[in-house]
Amino acid sequence: MQKRVVGSVGAIGLLLAGCVTINIYFPAAAAEKAADKIIDEVWQLKQEAKPAAPAAETKGEAK
Amino acid sequence: MNKWMNLCFIGMLAFASAALAAADLEINTPAITALKNTMQARHGQLAPHYASGAVGLTRDGNVALRDASSVPLAARQSVNGLVADENRDRAGLYREIARANGHPEWEAEVRSTFAQRWIDKAASGWWVQNAGGAWVRK
Repeated sequence: MQKRVVGSVGAIGLLLAGCVTINIYFPAAAAEKAADKIIDEVWQLKQEAKPAAPAAETKGEAK
Repeated sequence: MNKWMNLCFIGMLAFASAALAAADLEINTPAITALKNTMQARHGQLAPHYASGAVGLTRDGNVALRDASSVPLAARQSVNGLVADENRDRAGLYREIARANGHPEWEAEVRSTFAQRWIDKAASGWWVQNAGGAWVRK
């Protein structure tokens, strides 16, 4: 019984340490994903999402 | 005992949600979108210079006038302007991404991540700086 309590306390400690780690360290994989997304847009590398003209805009609303 | 087990589960749930939240960086702020749009508009003017080798991608996430002699004298000033504007926007982009995610101190790491990805995604024929700072043609 005592062992399990100690184990649980240890696990919680590790989890808390993990949370701190996530907040401090730079999320390299997420940053790479974000960079890819932005670069694709800036350099227009992925054209499939851009057909000739986007849906008709509602212009010249009646007054 | 049960109390500890419950706490443990709550801890795990908190951990999992923190991990999920960290899976994506926030890049949809008005400032980032605005920078992205101006850079996208400028790319049309810069692209021919990337292709000619006049402008290259540096290892520190910027662009640089690599070979001024390949730009006609009359156009040199405008290319310099394009390069300066692009670098200013890039610096702003890296700073804004770090800030949008609550970690301004991440700016340098955001920059180096972008530096690598710009170079990886550069079209063949474009000039990029390798790790040693030498210009190489992709």
